[in-house]
Amino acid sequence: MSTYSLDARRLLCPMPVIKAQNRVAELHPGDILEVICTDPGARNDIPAWCRINGHRVLEIREQDRDIIVLLEVGHDD
Amino acid sequence: MSKIQRKAVALISGGLDSMLAVRVIQDQGIHVEGINFYTGFCVEGHTHAIRRHDRDKKKRNNALWVAEQLGIKLHIIDVIEEYKDVLLTPKHGYGANLNPCLDCKSFMVGKAVAWMQEKNFDFIITGEVLGQRPMSQRRDTLPVVARESGAHDLLLRPLCAKLMPPTTPELEGWVDRERLHGFNGRSRKPQIALARHYNIEEYAQPAGGCCFLTDASYSHKLTDLWQARQHRDYELDDIMLLKVGRHIRPNPDFKLIIGREEGENNFLEGYRYRFTYLRPSDCNGALVLVDGKPSELDLNLAARITARFCKNRDLSRVKISVTPLGEATRELEVEPLAPENIPGTWYL
Repeated sequence: MSTYSLDARRLLCPMPVIKAQNRVAELHPGDILEVICTDPGARNDIPAWCRINGHRVLEIREQDRDIIVLLEVGHDD
Repeated sequence: MSKIQRKAVALISGGLDSMLAVRVIQDQGIHVEGINFYTGFCVEGHTHAIRRHDRDKKKRNNALWVAEQLGIKLHIIDVIEEYKDVLLTPKHGYGANLNPCLDCKSFMVGKAVAWMQEKNFDFIITGEVLGQRPMSQRRDTLPVVARESGAHDLLLRPLCAKLMPPTTPELEGWVDRERLHGFNGRSRKPQIALARHYNIEEYAQPAGGCCFLTDASYSHKLTDLWQARQHRDYELDDIMLLKVGRHIRPNPDFKLIIGREEGENNFLEGYRYRFTYLRPSDCNGALVLVDGKPSELDLNLAARITARFCKNRDLSRVKISVTPLGEATRELEVEPLAPENIPGTWYL
């Protein structure tokens, strides 16, 4: 299991979702991906995308203007 | 002998029609996954995220939401680069504005064909309804989409299939044609009745309205961009900036993009290092980006317009900081331009 980070700042939805989707496709089940966004839409869209594609959101937190979504890659994609 | 599990890929816009098309096919035991294309001109999502007064509105990507309601996977595909050809050289021309609907639909179904082949799916479904759209959903143009996309008889439109010649999924018995529909025309009543049948109570706006290219004002700004640059092309940032702020073009050499409120100013902040920009020195006001090649005289006019959109607009003189691209910031003290001196024709 490894942890990775993806900078999706200044991208507007759905681009953070697309970037996360494409990055997850390269990772393995159990890997952790930290997605750093600035678009508030990502707060809803990335979890929605995770739910329908079998990944798990571990944490969503805000840090200054950034929204950080921590997700665990599932076995289903 | 066990029956083969057939699989369909559905074009999901986030509207009601594609939602119903999926539900109709799921009802027949078909495994469905969704595909959604991001062209850069899609209305939802970012448009609600920028402006501060929209921040309390429900922010969701309708395609993702629809997929979740349907219990299907959704694959969102970035087609920004490829879409340029569709918009810049549409074989079938434009609709009322810069919307190349027929070419767009053929392009998207064509992308779905490639996806279907790569993932070993069996056919494609869309929420198209015969006669619903003036360009891409006419009796004579629906076959054009099937043909030019390369989908041919593997493209099934469950909501109007009974009005069309049978497709491979019907002829092969993968789906029962009798359980498909024959919706026709612009009335939304059949869709609303079908939604009720499926207990679907919440859905996004009835089909359409999801593309900025159908918007007259946006199309005007895009046309202006091409005229000013003397060539028809764009980058993603160009088409994003057309969605934000007031756009004022005093002359062919430059235009101003003026943040209308805090959310837009914050968004424009991210672009200021790539443009000449102005802002009031001593008070709150708009961040203004200058797109083009302004002369010294133009910069003075830009400063006067910037002063017009700041808190001190009623003072006789206002200090404006001006940062030409790649140069040091300097200050101009100017008289705010009176509203009556900004001709309506300058507003894009």
